[in-house]
Amino acid sequence: MKKLAGLDELRDYRLSVTNDGSLEKPHIWVCGGTGCLAWGSADVLAAIQEEIASRKEAVTAGLRCESAGCHGQCERGPLVEITPQKWIYHKVRPSDAGKIIDYALRGDPAEPTADKNSFTSGQTKRVLSRMGRMSPRSIDGYMRLGGYEALERALREMTPEEVTAAVSASNLRGRGGGGFHAGTKWESCRKSQGGVKYVLVNGDEGDPGAFMDRSLMEGDPHSVLEGLIIGGYAVGAAEGYIYVRNEYPQAVANLTLAIDDARSFGLLGENILGTGFNFDIHICRGGGAFVCGESTALMASVEGRPGTPRVKYIRSTERGLWDAPTVLNNVETWANVPRIILNGPEWFKQVGTEGSPGTKIFALVGKVENTGLVEVPMGATLREVIFGIGGGIKKKRPFKAVQTGGPSGGCLPESALETGVDFDTLTEIGSMMGSGGMIVMDDRTCMVDVARYFTGFLEGESCGKCVPCREGLVKMRKILSDIASGKGRPGDVELLADASETLADTALCGLGQSAPNPVLSTIKHFRDEYDEHINEGFCRAGVCQGLFTAAISDACIGCGACLRACPANAVRGEAKRLHAVDARGCIGCGACLDKCPVNAIKAERRSAR
Amino acid sequence: MDAYPANPRFLLPILQDIQHTERHLSTDAMKAVARYLDVPDSKVYAVATFYKSLSLTPKGEVEIKVCLGTACHLRGAGEIVRGLEGALGVKAGETTADGKFSLETVNCLGACALAPVVMTGETVRGGMSAAQILEAAGAKS
Repeated sequence: MKKLAGLDELRDYRLSVTNDGSLEKPHIWVCGGTGCLAWGSADVLAAIQEEIASRKEAVTAGLRCESAGCHGQCERGPLVEITPQKWIYHKVRPSDAGKIIDYALRGDPAEPTADKNSFTSGQTKRVLSRMGRMSPRSIDGYMRLGGYEALERALREMTPEEVTAAVSASNLRGRGGGGFHAGTKWESCRKSQGGVKYVLVNGDEGDPGAFMDRSLMEGDPHSVLEGLIIGGYAVGAAEGYIYVRNEYPQAVANLTLAIDDARSFGLLGENILGTGFNFDIHICRGGGAFVCGESTALMASVEGRPGTPRVKYIRSTERGLWDAPTVLNNVETWANVPRIILNGPEWFKQVGTEGSPGTKIFALVGKVENTGLVEVPMGATLREVIFGIGGGIKKKRPFKAVQTGGPSGGCLPESALETGVDFDTLTEIGSMMGSGGMIVMDDRTCMVDVARYFTGFLEGESCGKCVPCREGLVKMRKILSDIASGKGRPGDVELLADASETLADTALCGLGQSAPNPVLSTIKHFRDEYDEHINEGFCRAGVCQGLFTAAISDACIGCGACLRACPANAVRGEAKRLHAVDARGCIGCGACLDKCPVNAIKAERRSAR
Repeated sequence: MDAYPANPRFLLPILQDIQHTERHLSTDAMKAVARYLDVPDSKVYAVATFYKSLSLTPKGEVEIKVCLGTACHLRGAGEIVRGLEGALGVKAGETTADGKFSLETVNCLGACALAPVVMTGETVRGGMSAAQILEAAGAKS
């Protein structure tokens, strides 16, 4: 590809690909995200491409089939979308290739409207708007959907001060969890003295249950680059780094290609588009350490050192990477930047709440009917997201809690469902936004087990630099394990609360300071369950081994699934007749509970022996 | 190693590349890296032992990583780990005696919608039983 020498050449090139007619031509997009690949979407892609090549009418019509980024509905993969109609198909098999091609050429008789399920129609897609309708491996495809127009505008019409002012005016807050105002960071870095400055992308998406950053890096890598280049221009940085998790090989591959393409187009490198602005981007692969998502630990890791945090009495915007002024924002935050530059801060603030404008992508997972990525305006209620877009709880079981904010967040009970979700409201009710993981839990989830899980997670990921985190988490996890195995003692809950307070007050970095949140929020909202474990040796969710007996109600249809699942042969019953559990034989493992198709098995208190 | 300039900032990527090709970091390799970058041995050792993706003992030909992220935890990842441990005769974090498989647990593969998720080599798979995973991993190697 020839290098674009000036802003006019970029404009001409953008317009030439936009108007080359391919947007109107029929196009089949097969999702190539990690989720759909796991469902075998590569075979679907190959089958459709092969079939197109063998059908003359398809070739004549200019029908093309390409791999696209993630739609976010990973559980229903492999997903296929037909444009320009925007028809989406779930669970497509290679044998469906002929049918899909027919639909693309002649229309789908069964699909009069594009959006018919609540999962798609309930969303406000801004950052995710291109996902699935563009090849993440094509810079032309990105430009065809408006890509690099914002960069052109910033370089042509705006001074660095004006770019920074626009981001400030938009009130864009960091989507990685902290919710810090991006404009404030940029302003501070821009004003800092020193010739060398850096801009960084935090793509170390470590929160279990969150994968929006992976999807963006894999599915729309150029939008992250464009945001970063604009950021570099605004603060006066000549180098940018993207720190990507080691567990995301496909994100690394797509970002690497995107950077190479941007470089050969002259959008990165020396004297970008003849403006005199020099900027380049490097990728750093993470080493598989959760704490590296913390800003100072991430910078230590980029510098080639173990990723341990430092005390933050000096802000990174003054002394960050290699002691130079540095702006670090997460993937989703950077991807918002081109849209703000293009449409203006007022457009950005049209949706969302006053304190937290714009949209947020949530990863809706767990025991919910529709799992996947969901982009909604800030301020949408938990109920709208979980029961509207998410379609409610799997198997129509009762809702128990939703966990937001990853290991640093908290578990919220049913009474919080009407809360509008933004940075401030979540913090007020004892959780946090985090990077946007939203894990839905039903009555088969034990809250003591959840607290133990998160505490164990953080125990393993603590870098060990400061004592409260390194030692405190070990003790807390041990107490929680005791409670979960029926060895809890009266006073344990108070001890946990006390240890939590100490840890929150004295830990060095955000990982330790927020580590007690899962424990404190479960104690606050689900104290009954702790007490039942400790005082009665009973786990009502049927999760903690040995702390319950399975009991079958007369809703039983006699299918025998539980009988086959029981490792202790404690279930009795004939086919099509009511089954029963022999309480003396039941070892309280819970194997039968999930197998029952009609939710007829309940966890009950063990009778005194 | 020569692909990288002799700048300490490339310590982690160099070690990652060695890990990828040799499946572990030998003492000799770490010493060579320290000489090349002109940093103390202790610094290389510190990085080599801090990051989970680096290992001082050899990993198996196929690395099986079971996701223990929250969504996977809720959907029975523990069962899969126990199943694989039983079938392979090793504990999580260990490698089989024939050097073929190593079993690891990771904290989130970011494919939560497919939970429970397992990664064999660079392939992510969702919703499989321990037996199905082994079959897929065995067929691959």
